[in-house]
Amino acid sequence: MSNKFISHEKLRDWLEDLSARFEVWAPVNTGQDAKGVVVYRPFVRDGALEFARKPVESAKHTVFPRSETLVNFKTGAKDGKPALELHVPEDPPARAVFGLPSCDARGFQIFDPVYNGSGTQGLARDNYYLRRRNATVLIVKACSKVLNTCFCNWVGGGPACTEGADVLATELPDGFILAQVTARGEAALGSALLAPASDSQEKQARKLHEEAGAALCAPPDLSASVSALRGKFDDSAFWEAEASKCLSCGACTYLCPTCYCFNITDEARGVLGARIRSWDACMLPLFTMEASGHNPRTGKIQRLRNRIGHKFSYYPSLHNGRIACCGCGRCIKSCPSSVDIRRIVTDAIGITGTAGLKEQKNG
Amino acid sequence: MADAYTLPAYDPGQRNPYLPYAATILEVITETYNIKSFRIRLDDEKAHREFAFEPGQVGQLSLFGVGESTFVINSSPTRKEYLQFSAMRAGEVTTALHGLQAGDKIGVRAPLGNHFPYKDMQGKDIIFIGGGIGMAPLRTLLLFMLDNRKDYGGITVLYGAKSPEDLSFMYDFKEWMARDDIKVVLTIDKEAPGWEHKVGLIPNVLTELDPGADNAVAVTCGPPIMIKFVLQALKKLGFNDEQIVTTLEKRMKCGIGICGRCNIGDKYVCIDGPVFTQAQLNKMANEM
Repeated sequence: MSNKFISHEKLRDWLEDLSARFEVWAPVNTGQDAKGVVVYRPFVRDGALEFARKPVESAKHTVFPRSETLVNFKTGAKDGKPALELHVPEDPPARAVFGLPSCDARGFQIFDPVYNGSGTQGLARDNYYLRRRNATVLIVKACSKVLNTCFCNWVGGGPACTEGADVLATELPDGFILAQVTARGEAALGSALLAPASDSQEKQARKLHEEAGAALCAPPDLSASVSALRGKFDDSAFWEAEASKCLSCGACTYLCPTCYCFNITDEARGVLGARIRSWDACMLPLFTMEASGHNPRTGKIQRLRNRIGHKFSYYPSLHNGRIACCGCGRCIKSCPSSVDIRRIVTDAIGITGTAGLKEQKNG
Repeated sequence: MADAYTLPAYDPGQRNPYLPYAATILEVITETYNIKSFRIRLDDEKAHREFAFEPGQVGQLSLFGVGESTFVINSSPTRKEYLQFSAMRAGEVTTALHGLQAGDKIGVRAPLGNHFPYKDMQGKDIIFIGGGIGMAPLRTLLLFMLDNRKDYGGITVLYGAKSPEDLSFMYDFKEWMARDDIKVVLTIDKEAPGWEHKVGLIPNVLTELDPGADNAVAVTCGPPIMIKFVLQALKKLGFNDEQIVTTLEKRMKCGIGICGRCNIGDKYVCIDGPVFTQAQLNKMANEM
C-alpha cells in the first residue's frame, strides 16, 4: 500500500474530517508562548497544535481516563422496601489520537495483557479498558529529535517504532507522510484530502527515522533486571541510597505511559451515586494502608522499590520478559528531585559507564 | 505491515467484573462487640442458584456510597441457602456495614481469589488453628469438610481469643463440640469467670495438644503475632512448611489482579492468594 501525505496547510482540514468519525485528540500548547506546556487535548480547529516538543504527559488518559464511572447506582426505597439499581455507563465514542510519540503507543501494550486478564496475571477481563482500547486509533508521530532523557531503545522501542501504532506519521518540512501500520489504521486514512506520498518524500522520512535512531546512545543489556532486582530486594542500603532523593510525590506515576494502578471510590449524593475508578500510585503512602493501620509499604524506600521492581522484575517475570517501561523518560525529565530510573536499574544490575547516563553519586 | 501484535478483543457479552450482584441481607448475627456476620442472598434467583465458589475464596462487599471491602465467604459451598461474610468493625466500609440490618441491600462481587487445597488434604488429619476473626476462613473449610466427612482423617479445631467475649461463631462451636467425629478445643488468654475451657495462648495450647504431624495438614489464620508463634510451635511439632496452610490479607480494590495494591513481588494476593502454604510464602518477597 502506498503511503499518504498531508500538507501542513491541510492538516487541520484532515483532522476535522476525521472528527466526523472519531473524537480526535492531539498535542496542544496550553501556554501563551513557545514555552507553554504541551498536553493532549480534544482537537479543535483553532487549537494551538504542537508537534515540535514532546507532550509533558503521556497519552495514557486517551484510553485510560484519569477518572471514569464504573457503575451508577441508586439506593433508597421502593414500595417501602430497601431498593438498589445498578447501571453501567454506555460505550464511549471512538477516538483517534494524532501525534503521540511511539513510546506512548507502546505503553498501551503494557496495559493490554493485564487488562485482558491474560498471561499468568489476572483472571477477569476489564471491559472498560478494552472497549476504549479497541475504539481508539493511534496515529504515532515519529520523533525527529530525541531528548537526553529518552531511552526507548533500551526497552525495545525506537523513535520511529511502529509497535502499538495504527498509523505512523513522519513530519517533513512541508507536511506529514502517513504510513498505515494496522488494519485499524485504514479507518483514519480514508480521506480524499490525503495525497499519495512521493518517492522523495518516502526517502526523506526514512532518512529522518535513521537520524533520530542514531541520535540515541547505545543501550545497555537489561535482560538481567528480573533476577538482579529480585536479588536486591532485601538490600536496604541499596534502596536507601537510590530513594534518598525521592520526594514520594508520585509525579512519575502520573506521567508514566505504563503505570496502570487505580483506586475505586464511591461518590454519592442522596440516593444517587457513582462508583468511580481513578488513577492511583504505588508511590503514595496511603496506597497500601490497611484499615488496621498496618501498611506493607510504609516508607518511600519500599514504594520506590515496588515501582522499579514492578516495571523491571515482577511484570517481566509474568509477561514473557517484557519490561513494563517504554523508555519515554518523562519520570526522569519531570522528577522534581532528579531521580533517574535508568540509574537505579543499571545500578541494580551492576552496569557502569552507560553511554548517555552521567556518572554521579546518589544522595 | 509486519504487525504480529493482536489487540485484545472487547467482548461486550462477557461478565463485567466490576458490576456487583445486587443482594439482600437475610440476617445479621452479632458475633462479638466488634464482629458481625451477614447472611446474604443474591436478588437474582438464578444467579444465586448458579453461584459457585470454592472454600477459601473471597468476595467484595459493596456499600453503595461508601465503598467496597474484601471478606472471605465463610459459609460452605455445600450449603447454598445464603452466603455468609463476617466483618470486624475497623474502617469506613466495615463501620457502615455494621449499621445494616436484615432486608437491607448490599452489593457483592464474588467469588475472587484462589481456595484451600482441599483435594490435596483428602485422607489427611486436619488441624485448624484459628485466632479471633481469623476463624472466618477456617469456618468455610471446616463446614465443607464436615459435609464431606469421610474424605478426611481426624479433624481437630483449636480456636482462641483474648476473652470469651472475643470468640465468634459460638453457635457453630456448640454444634461441633456435640459431635464425636471432630475434636474441638477453645482457649482464652486469661482466666475469666464461668470459663470451662482452656486458658492459655494459642501456640502454647497447640504445643500441649501435640497433634501428630504425620500425614497431617495445619490450617491457620489469625493476627500476625499469633501466626508467628503458631508457625514456631508447628515447626517444633514436626510440621514442615508444605503442611502449613494460611490465608493472607491485603488492601484490595479490583480483586482481579489489575489495580496493583495487593502484590507481594510478582504475586497478587487477590488472584494468587489469599490461600498460601508456608512453603509458598517462604519463596515470596519479604513485604508482608
